[in-house]
Amino acid sequence: MNINLTLFGQMVTFAFFVWFCMKFVWPVIIDSMEERQKKIADGLDAADRALRDLALAQDKATDQMKEAKQEAAGIIDQANKRANQIVDEAKQQAKSEGDRLKVSAAAEIEQEVNRAKEELRATVAGLALAGAEAVLEASIDEQANRVLVDKLAAQL
Amino acid sequence: MAGENPASTTEYIQHHLTNLVYGNHPENGWSFAHGAQEAAEMGFMAVHVDSMAWSIGLGVLFCWLFRSAANRATTGVPTGLLSFVELVVEFIDGAVKDSFQGRNKMVAPLALTIFVWIFLMNFMDLLPVDLIPELLMMAGVPYQKIVPSTDPNITLGMALGVFILMLYYSIKIKGTGFVKELTMHPFNHWAFIPVNLFMETVGLLAKPFSLGLRLFGNMYAGEMIFILIATMFAAGAGAGIIGGGLHAQIFGEQTSAWFWLVIFILVCGVCRLNLKGKISTGRTVLLCMVFMTIGGGLTALGGGLMQWGWAVFHILVITLQAFIFMVLTVVYLSMAHEEH
Repeated sequence: MNINLTLFGQMVTFAFFVWFCMKFVWPVIIDSMEERQKKIADGLDAADRALRDLALAQDKATDQMKEAKQEAAGIIDQANKRANQIVDEAKQQAKSEGDRLKVSAAAEIEQEVNRAKEELRATVAGLALAGAEAVLEASIDEQANRVLVDKLAAQL
Repeated sequence: MAGENPASTTEYIQHHLTNLVYGNHPENGWSFAHGAQEAAEMGFMAVHVDSMAWSIGLGVLFCWLFRSAANRATTGVPTGLLSFVELVVEFIDGAVKDSFQGRNKMVAPLALTIFVWIFLMNFMDLLPVDLIPELLMMAGVPYQKIVPSTDPNITLGMALGVFILMLYYSIKIKGTGFVKELTMHPFNHWAFIPVNLFMETVGLLAKPFSLGLRLFGNMYAGEMIFILIATMFAAGAGAGIIGGGLHAQIFGEQTSAWFWLVIFILVCGVCRLNLKGKISTGRTVLLCMVFMTIGGGLTALGGGLMQWGWAVFHILVITLQAFIFMVLTVVYLSMAHEEH
């Protein structure tokens, strides 16, 4: 329990260690801690911001998707309509073409029939004349009978 | 170590409470003191070499530890030592910010130094009381007190350092206000100046003394209990093979350190085997107790358990005392910064 020079020795040592801590230890550590605190705060902020941005982007994407879907549905509708229209038109066209062909075919047939009739008429007239010639031989005036026979032939 | 008779127990305790003193002896000049008597004769012109060496050594340890952490300081993820040091620094920073409102760059590092340094000095109390003194005795050093904070010179030295800072900042911040505080407080009348001066001076001086003596008293008492428990190790010399164990039978009162070294190595070996997973924890505890009983009998076993129990309790005391010293320093300096 002697108080002696150790007292002052300890005081000097104490002062030295406090100085050392003040100069080389405390500021370095506390500065780096504060800086890290700031960095972490910034990082958290950035993360929050990024999260908000992400939510916004997702909303936007959903909207765009909806729009695109709507557009696609519209396009399909339109295409269907157009297809129906085309089919209808084609049907119409085919029908009218068919009708036209039918008419032209009928006309041709008519023509053919008429021609055949004409030919037949001529042949029948010839034949009748030849028959009558054969029956009457030279006694009959060909000129006078010709008119008669033609009249007959026209009734065919 | 002490034997069963009171004289040698007293000797043992006294030996443990004697510093290694180097000083100016009236007859021998500058030399190491041989015993407490010579140390007392040296008076003020002497140095407690052990206290100084341990306190400087621990201070250097503190500086080295924290400086090497500071060297590794990064703003990235702290690891290992750095995160531990940052934990301590943050704790101190919080405590200082709580009780010190002024702007002073010195207070926080001061508090850190005080807390860690005193904690380390107190921590020496947890080392086995006989371990280092006995080893140094073998090396030829007669006296050794390894807990610097059980030396009033050390605690009062630090308290006086704090006191000087208190005076410095009181005068620097308050100027004449400090004189007014000493003379016109608590009775604000010129006639009471002597009374005020006396009361305030006593109050002022009480601060460093209570600061230093509180730490000293707590650590001294704690150390004393360790020493008292340690006397049990040899107290069983006359208690037969059960009470006193082998060492009392072989060595009587003068136990050889080598004998305890063997026991120590055996106990360490058992603990190591347990850590490697070779034997169960229950068996480890049992084996350690058996070794203790064989070595020193039931008294040594009881002493060992008590040492352990007191050490566990003492961990709280050493931390608390370091913390109290630090907080009071901060509070005193805070008072020095405040205008009334």
